Amino acid sequence: MIFEYIIFYLFSGILLLSSTMVVVVRNPVFAALFLVLSFFTAAILWVTMQAEFLGIVLVLVYVGAVMVLFLFVIMMLNLELSKLKQFYHRYMPIGLLVAVTMAVELIIVLTPEKLSQLQQSQVSHPAEYNNTAELGRQLYTDYMYPFEIAAVILLVAIIAAIVLTMRRRPGTKHQDPGKQVLVQAKDRVKVVSIDVERRD
Amino acid sequence: MPNFIPVLPEIFLLSMTCLILVADLYLGKDRKGIVYLLTQVTLVVTAIIVWAVKSTEKEVVMWGQFVNDPMSTLLNVFICLCAAIVFIYSKDYLEDREMNKGEYYVLGLFAILGMMVMVSAHTMLSVYMGLELLSLSMYAMVAFNRDNAASSEAAVKYFVLGAIASSMLLYGMSLIYGVTGSLNLAEIAQALTQPQELPTILSLGVVFIVVGIAFKLGAVPFHMWVPDVYQGAPTAVTLFIGSVPKIAAFALVMRLLVDGMSALATDWQPMLMLLVVASVAIGNVVAIAQTNIKRMLAYSTISHIGFLLLGVIAANEAGYSASMFYTIVYTLMTMGVFGLLLILSRKGFEAENINDLKGLNDRNPWYALLMLILMFSMAGVPPTVGFYAKFAVLQAVINEGFVWLAIVAVLFSVIGAFYYLRIIKMMYFDAPEDTSEISVKLDTHVVFSLNGLVILMLGLFPEKLIIWCQNSIGIG
Repeated sequence: MIFEYIIFYLFSGILLLSSTMVVVVRNPVFAALFLVLSFFTAAILWVTMQAEFLGIVLVLVYVGAVMVLFLFVIMMLNLELSKLKQFYHRYMPIGLLVAVTMAVELIIVLTPEKLSQLQQSQVSHPAEYNNTAELGRQLYTDYMYPFEIAAVILLVAIIAAIVLTMRRRPGTKHQDPGKQVLVQAKDRVKVVSIDVERRD
Repeated sequence: MPNFIPVLPEIFLLSMTCLILVADLYLGKDRKGIVYLLTQVTLVVTAIIVWAVKSTEKEVVMWGQFVNDPMSTLLNVFICLCAAIVFIYSKDYLEDREMNKGEYYVLGLFAILGMMVMVSAHTMLSVYMGLELLSLSMYAMVAFNRDNAASSEAAVKYFVLGAIASSMLLYGMSLIYGVTGSLNLAEIAQALTQPQELPTILSLGVVFIVVGIAFKLGAVPFHMWVPDVYQGAPTAVTLFIGSVPKIAAFALVMRLLVDGMSALATDWQPMLMLLVVASVAIGNVVAIAQTNIKRMLAYSTISHIGFLLLGVIAANEAGYSASMFYTIVYTLMTMGVFGLLLILSRKGFEAENINDLKGLNDRNPWYALLMLILMFSMAGVPPTVGFYAKFAVLQAVINEGFVWLAIVAVLFSVIGAFYYLRIIKMMYFDAPEDTSEISVKLDTHVVFSLNGLVILMLGLFPEKLIIWCQNSIGIG
């Protein structure tokens, strides 16, 4: 039990620290890397809560794929930090005020004895319990309807992204396969008869 | 084998939307009319299917995720039919601005699917999924005219604030889930009726949910995105955003606060009261200062949202049905007003300023008359239906003893009547600044005329719709 506590406090400490750093550090590449760290520690916390499949997926999908792409995008965008920080100091006081107020309110409401009112449904499963299979079963039965809607939302995201960014520039040299197939020799090859001249 | 019949309208709408998406690729630029026609047929058939699968009692399917009850039938029918009318109004505007791409209709249909999912949601998860589907489609529609800087700015504002609202809503939902241990709205309601003392964390969850809802509805003090988005979006999109989603927003309030948490009514009633008073006051007063008519209508929307929530505050069936009646009537009125703006706009000209309505009576007396009816209805002048809508919600709150709330609402709507009447004065007593001919296609003309006349007819004979609303809530 003590060991579990040590693991929990160690990794939630790292999680809190790295999430703070995401917001605080100046360099966006460092911010993205701290985000990777916080995803990773969150994944470990999930594993300790017996959600090992979700933990692995978080590492594989978010850390492995999404964040790498994110880093590429940040590097390619060549962000002008000075422009972004222009309004930083102007809005800092009001932002801090809102943040502190909300934090204080939450601390007042979420005291430990009140948190204990939450449902405690942590069941210990045996070692051979298959988290992945159970998740799959839930996803395709009880949660099939929201699962399908999530698919539709992704489709909308694809359509929206294409509509908003794809442009046919007038000068691009794209090929039209239909025209390529229909082309005939006489369109391409021009036979010109030139009088043969003799060099004197 | 689960029962898929009640979900048939959603399945049909989704299949048709995907079909239209693919068909659009094979249709040339000159045959985009087919996409439009397919969209209209889809909407009408979906409405017919909704009606065909209606049930007189609560029918919960899809493992508790989906509910088919009289309320969902009524709201879904209105969503489909109003959306069809919205597309008729928008068609010419879109054609003039080369925006009549198939994707516009596809995104619109996806938004409607999201609304229908919200309306018949029976878990917090499906409510949220429907809301996100609706919001994502609408963000893209606002930015649809992508070369226009104002539209893009509006879309980014809408997106960022929408994301904040979603996160608030989700945090509230997670707290409620933490206490009750269920996402299912019926099970949550069950868990909350237990005799023992309810945990205080629930109130915190309700706070976040109400904030999320208020953001999405555009109630003061979470309203700042509404005027910018209304003004920045192309008018056809403003018409869409301003009308049909309000029906879905009403469903959002009903499903979360009433179906799920009516046991916590004493918690959310005071919060809604605050929202109502602020919305009615700020909406009506600030609208007076606007010269851009889309911005003015945005503030008018904010004040109408206040009235819409007024009925919910009563926290009884009479109040809910009055709110539902108000929502439907408001949707019909907004469609008419924005429809006229679309009619007045033409290629290279946007009717956006109040001055563009000057002397409408000289240019086209029939449209001026219809607009007069719509404006009277918005202001709540009898015999238009807007009067009955306001009357019903006020009666509901007075019966519950909130007389001061009714007085505040009436006072500010009297102040609000000023800017509606100013438009009427401009239409009838000012000389037109722009004397060009109003050219309008027959379908738009017929739909706008019907829209105005329906407002008048409902004002003279409101019983049918009122009784229908009452039946769908479960009284009468």
